[in-house]
This record gives sequence, C-alpha cells and structure tokens, in this order.
Amino acid sequence: MAKRSDVELIAVTKRYGQTLAVDGVNLRIPSGTYCCLLGPSGCGKTTTLRMIAGHEIASEGDILLGMDNITNLPPARRGTAMMFQNYALFPHLDCVENVAFSLRMKGVAKAARREAAMEVLRRVHMEGFAGRLPAQLSGGQQQRVALARALITDPSVLLLDEPLSALDPFLRVKMREELKALQTRLGITFIHVTHSQEEAMALADLVVVMKGGRIEQADAPRTVFNRPATAFVAQFIGGHNVLAARAGGGSAVLGNGTVVPLPDATATGDIHVAVRADRARLVSGEGAPGRIVVAGTARSVEYFGPIVQVGIDVPDLDPLAVSLAEHDFFAAPVAPGDAVAVAWAPEDIHVIAP
Amino acid sequence: MNQGERGLGFYLLAGFFCLFVLFLYGPLSTIVILSFQGPNGGLTFPMNGLSTRWFENLFETQMVGDFAGSFQRSMALGLAVMLVTVIFSFMAGLAFRRRFLGSGIVFYLAIASLIVPSILVSLGIGLLFRLLELDTNWYSSGFGAHLSWTLPFGLLIMFAVFNRFSPAYEEAARDLGATPWQTIRHVVIPILLPSLIGVGLFGFTLSYDEFARTLYTAGSFNTLPLEIYGMTTNVTTPVLYALGTVTTGLSFLVIGIALAAFTLIDRRRRRQGSDAGRGV
Repeated sequence: MAKRSDVELIAVTKRYGQTLAVDGVNLRIPSGTYCCLLGPSGCGKTTTLRMIAGHEIASEGDILLGMDNITNLPPARRGTAMMFQNYALFPHLDCVENVAFSLRMKGVAKAARREAAMEVLRRVHMEGFAGRLPAQLSGGQQQRVALARALITDPSVLLLDEPLSALDPFLRVKMREELKALQTRLGITFIHVTHSQEEAMALADLVVVMKGGRIEQADAPRTVFNRPATAFVAQFIGGHNVLAARAGGGSAVLGNGTVVPLPDATATGDIHVAVRADRARLVSGEGAPGRIVVAGTARSVEYFGPIVQVGIDVPDLDPLAVSLAEHDFFAAPVAPGDAVAVAWAPEDIHVIAP
Repeated sequence: MNQGERGLGFYLLAGFFCLFVLFLYGPLSTIVILSFQGPNGGLTFPMNGLSTRWFENLFETQMVGDFAGSFQRSMALGLAVMLVTVIFSFMAGLAFRRRFLGSGIVFYLAIASLIVPSILVSLGIGLLFRLLELDTNWYSSGFGAHLSWTLPFGLLIMFAVFNRFSPAYEEAARDLGATPWQTIRHVVIPILLPSLIGVGLFGFTLSYDEFARTLYTAGSFNTLPLEIYGMTTNVTTPVLYALGTVTTGLSFLVIGIALAAFTLIDRRRRRQGSDAGRGV
C-alpha cells in the first residue's frame, strides 16, 4: 500500500488580496512520515494543509507528491485524502454510504461499493455501526468513520485538519493513540494540523512549527524540544525559560546582570538563551558550586501529579518556571511569597541565535 | 417563579394564545358546522336539520361558479409556481453565497417586490399586457405575478438556509472525487431537502391563496380564491361552506400524512441505536 512518495513544498506562497497567509514555505516530508504542522491560529498551517489537499490553490510555488507536480490538480486526483475538522460526514447517509461515497461517485455498483466500504469499516472497528447515521455516533466513532471514508480512496498521503479538537480530553488521548497506530500500520504519510504542542510531540516524526506564514523549525520532536531554533519555538513548545541576553567573549549577561558562560563562544550581540524548566532546580542559599544561580520570589505553585511547577519572579528578568519531580518538591516545599534561588548547570543552556 | 409557580406573565401569554386559537379556529368551526346544513339550505344559524347534500352538490355542475375548474387551475398554478420557486430560489441561494459585482443591487431589486403593494403589481402587469396587446391568462401573466411574490420569499429563506450550511460538506465531496454536479446532486440537495420542501410548500400556499396579485392578471378564467370571492356575493347555498370544509380537510390530511411519515422514518432510524454525545 505504501507507495514511495515524498511530499515536497517549494517556495509555496498563498495570498488573499493583500494578506500573506503562507510566505514562501519550503518543506520536504519523506514518505511514511507522521508530520504535524504546529502553530498558533493564523500561522498558516491550515492554509498549507489545504493547499496540499487542493482545496486552496497556491499563489506561487510548487507542491510535489512523489514524481508528480500536484500544485494545480483537483483534490481527488492528487493521491491525497483529507479528514476535515468536524469530520464533515454527510448527515443524510449512513456509515457504509458515507464510506462508499467516493466509489459511488466513480460509478461502482451498489453491492460492490458497500462490500468495499464494509471492509474498510472493519479496519477501523466500525462494522457494527454500518447502518447508523453520523448523528447517532459519538465523536470518536465519527472520527473512525471519517478515517475510513478517507482511506477507501487508497491515498498515499492523509491530511488531517485538527482531527482531535472536537473530542473531549479523555477521548482525545485515546484517539491520538489510534491515529498513530493506524499510521504505523498503513505506512502512509500523515500530515496533521494542530495547535497543541502536546499532540504534535506525542504523534509526530516530524514537527513543523509555523508562525506568521513561515516555518520556524522543522525537526524531530526531540530536536525541537532540546534545540529550539527560535525564541518563539522555545516558548510555543513550552517547558522552556527563554531569556534575553547580551553575548560577547564566550559569555552572556542576562537582564538582571547574571553572567552566564556560553558553550558556543562565537555568539555575540543580542541573543536568547533557553533553559528547560525541568533542568532548573531550587537551591537554598549559595550552595550550588559551578551552577548559575538566580535569586527571586516564588509567585505560584501548581501541582500536576508527577511534577510540581513553581513560577518565580526575578527582578529585571522575565518570570521563570521550574518543574520539579513531585518527590523533590515535597522534600523542600516552597509557598508563594517565599524567597527562592533557581540554579541550573551551564551545559543545560541552549543558545538561540538572534 | 423558581419554585415552579407561574407568574402573571404566563397567564397573560396563555390568555393571548387562547385568543389566537379562538380567532383562528372559531370561524373555521362555524364554516365546518354550517356545511352540514339541512337540505333546505340557509347561510346562518340556527341550522335547518343535518345533511351531506351540499357536499354532493359540490361535485355537480354549478349554476353559478365553477369550483372544479378553478380548483384545477389553482392547483396547476400552485404546483408550477412551487416548482419554479424551489429551483430558482435554490440556484439564486447558491449564487449569493459569494459576493459578485452588483450583488447588493440585485438583491434589493428582488426584495423590493415584497414591499410594493400586491394590488399595484397586479394592476401594473395587467396594464402592461394590455399595452403589449397580449391576453392576460392565469398561466402567463398570473403565473408571473405569483412568482413576483414567491421568488423573493424563497430567496430570503434560502439565504437563511445557506447561512447554516457548512461548505465543508462540498469540500469533502470534492475530496472524494465528486464532480460539481455530483456534489449538488448527492450532497447539497439531499442535505438541504427539508428546507427545499419547506420553500416549495411555502411557494405553493402563497400562490394557492393569492388574491391581490391574481385579480388583474388571471384573465378570463378564475383561480379558486377569485372564484370563491365571486361566489360570496352571489351564491346563496351552503355549498360554499362545504367547499371550505373539504379544502380545510385536505390540508389537515396532507399535514397528517407528512407527520406520520416523519415519525415512521425517525422510528426506523432509532432502531440502529445511538452513541451520540458519549465518550466512546
């Protein structure tokens, strides 16, 4: 089933009148990748997806799928299939007829298309609901039918527009797992638009972080998390303290005067440094030799179960966040208003080029 | 109020509703009762016995008035108006989903027909036909006059309908290989079918009982409303009431059949069970 077909965007731009929705995007998605387009609303991720699907036509640039230039092809002739945000299941057709729709459009006889549709419904474990209308299904069941309807066209790329946003939190996690399992089993490319970094991290082989119509970073989730390319990525992905600093001569000075040694001596001028919240520690007094220590006041304490997050105000610096393991926090608990000192190791500093 | 006690507002509104029902069904019941007037006739209470003679009379050739003919004309006219209204309102609704050059002007031009008094529209069409030396007829000038009434209504309804219609369905159809025509045929029309039936019924009723716009445009043959109006001035038997009873009965029958059909379809669907809103 898996055809070797990479998706490639070359300088793809979309304009609506004067507004630039997508601005010269270049991206290569290798065949069989689970790719998440991640970003805040209005970043161009949905427009990019819709251009790949053929529901928007790129103003400039080319979109390739395998050896074919699909930039201007109609949606059904691209080898892609799309799952819409609220699934867009046809409300007047039962599950089998929804799934069989594309075959019906091709003129496949009723018995043959229903049989084929049942086969795909079995693959998503929905064969017992064949006669139901979409309105008689739960959100998760609707999603499975929508998946079946898209998969029956045998696409080499499945495009998913915020597929999990219509579900309640518990079901979202469950369907997320199902999506990943399905993609692994089918071996086809999934391109999934989301604004949830958690979803992107959990699912993707390739995370594409977008902002203002441009790609900020396209990397494996682990790379995105450990080496965010821009201050925006570090902030959006979460779990980071992003601090402005002035670099020069192998070190940098934070806003409050703290001097931070840099692993990379070439950085100069205005930079950002990122420190993961789970790498920072709370220390008492000065007892942290070889570490960078910043003094401040605890502002908030949030309990998440496995971790406790402490928000800290530091004079002349953006607020910091420290994630502590539950056990570590309760070994030396702090309350809002307490004076605290945050420490981290020099090697945990990640320099973000300006 | 919060303890389940009803306030003054409830009783006032309930009273208003009762008045409304009385005002609507009071006269109707009077007509139904009087249509069973005894064989000697009489147009008012008290009744002179009971009979079904006036119903039989209805289907005999009338000395004054032509029930069957005018009823057939009104039905034919109503059905034709219904068909044209549904088709063109639907197409206009599709067209108006996008703004086009002059769309505002076209819209107001169409809607203006609702504001101009019907009787003037009727008179104007009649005069125009005479000026062009054409005969006015219920199926030509009358047909046009009715459409000038039903089309703007149909268009307004379709506006509301398309406002709530998600373009995602059409995109999904396109994604699954449907041609534009297949999308209309297999997705848009079936989803909007209840609304289209509504527009059709609305168009039919507007035409079926239209008086003012028919008055100067019907030509030499009357539609049912014109015929009934004519008869109220010169028929002296309760056959008029019988006609009222039969037409009202027919209307209720149609409504009843529709409701029964809906209930039946709903029951058949429910047999499949439902997980809607459940976290599975």
